[in-house]
Amino acid sequence: MGYSPGTFFLQNLFNATMLGGLYALIAVGYTMVYGILRLINFAHGDIMMMGVYFAFYAATIIYAPPLLAAIIAIAGAAGLGFLIDRVAYKPLRNAPRISALITAIGMSFFLESFAVVVFGAIPKSFLDVFKDKTILNKVLLVGGARIPLLTFLVILITAGIFVVLFWIVYKTKIGMAMRAISMDIPTTSLMGINVDMVIGFTFALGSALAAASGVMWAMRFPNVYPYMGFMPGMKAFIAAVVGGIGSIPGAIIGGLLLGFIEIFAVAYFPNFSGYRDAFAFIILIIILLIKPSGILGKKAIEKV
Amino acid sequence: MSEAGEKLVLEIKDLHVYYGAIHAIKGISIKVPQGKIITLIGANGAGKTTTLSTISGLVKARSGKIFFNGVDITNKPAHAINRMGIAMVPEGRRIFPGLTVYENLMMGAYNRKDKEGIKEDLEWIFSLFPRLKERLSQMGGTLSGGEQQMLAISRALMSRPRLLMMDEPSLGLAPILVEEVFEVIQKINKEGTTILLVEQNAYGALRISDYGYVLETGNIVLEGPSSELLENEMVKKAYLGMS
Repeated sequence: MGYSPGTFFLQNLFNATMLGGLYALIAVGYTMVYGILRLINFAHGDIMMMGVYFAFYAATIIYAPPLLAAIIAIAGAAGLGFLIDRVAYKPLRNAPRISALITAIGMSFFLESFAVVVFGAIPKSFLDVFKDKTILNKVLLVGGARIPLLTFLVILITAGIFVVLFWIVYKTKIGMAMRAISMDIPTTSLMGINVDMVIGFTFALGSALAAASGVMWAMRFPNVYPYMGFMPGMKAFIAAVVGGIGSIPGAIIGGLLLGFIEIFAVAYFPNFSGYRDAFAFIILIIILLIKPSGILGKKAIEKV
Repeated sequence: MSEAGEKLVLEIKDLHVYYGAIHAIKGISIKVPQGKIITLIGANGAGKTTTLSTISGLVKARSGKIFFNGVDITNKPAHAINRMGIAMVPEGRRIFPGLTVYENLMMGAYNRKDKEGIKEDLEWIFSLFPRLKERLSQMGGTLSGGEQQMLAISRALMSRPRLLMMDEPSLGLAPILVEEVFEVIQKINKEGTTILLVEQNAYGALRISDYGYVLETGNIVLEGPSSELLENEMVKKAYLGMS
């Protein structure tokens, strides 16, 4: 390979951290919504896809520079997440949980079909967003390993987003309300808190993170198509379950774990590279067998 | 008791509440004058909690009206009713177990912007319950039952309510704590907060309140000044364990 074992490891370490971080960003959205509504928002991966299209069209139609395109994608996805909750999930707040779950699956199909009809099924290249592609191609040498500048940027931005996320959830009033809702919805409303607004905010926040992940994903894997959210969404969901669904630190740990196993398994066992996507599911099965509540999950007591 | 000129904080007129097909509240009318302690006593399942839940907006009324300071609040959302000045100490305390004691208190003050006033009220609450001050950074779920009850009362007070509703504040507490809770209720009332108290502990509730209503399977079967209810033969027999 021309690499020493050390540089080979380093190279994969960066790739794994980047991929794991991108999974983690999406996983947080699953876990926050589940923590509050006990709902698996199956449309979450498709919101990521919509975010990528928002950025693509912002850059190609109104010629927004990449950073502005990313901001438009994040804001657009946040609005879309809020809207989806209002239109699809809020009317079902008091319905049996299975109804909301089926609605979430329906919303996923709807978004994918909407994208096929409106954006077209033919993949687009996210590289079109960048007029100046030097930033994409720049490579840094770290301990002999060639690491794309983009990988560094993605890791740094992801870490920064998580710092902001923890600040919102643990240091602000709305974050306190989010945590309170995850424990007791009626009592939270007795505190004068508009629960539906806080739930809407949670959807918006999760969707914004998914879009941020999507834009960075598309910079690294530039194929933009209507079903591009499915696999990352599925893996992020697994990451959330593996980490302990409902727990934000758990989602981050689960995301990183998935990224590491996927990259390193393929790196050291190249024969298995065809099974790349299967690793996530294997981890899921193992975790469900040993610790069904996930790494950081609490034992769920089903309320009757 | 509603003498002319007395200002009513809360007035319930012919309230009916259903849970599905079950007629839980069958046309009750209650008046809560400013500055008083009014109590609602009755056995399990009489509809006491349902009445409070309907006032606070958690349960919807089928018919009838609820007025707060003359404003119709019937079937308004719970958060809007709290913002108007009604705070609730819910049955079973309902402390947020994963929030710290301090955060629980701040949940009560969620809609307040006056930092100075919040500080003052915190000091006032620490004077009522010195134990809470020692436990500020502890998780709510780690408190004992008595401490949780104190926290639930304090949390409700943090919104500076004009009407404080309490659902069974003495339930599950050791006798000495029950005494303490009733004393605190009187103290809070003396400092100007109107109180609507729901209790199974009829003796304790009637002793500290001004006026009482006796609820039985969704109907008010008896009402009167608390001192008179304490002497009433039926109340004595059914709720005070005397014959």
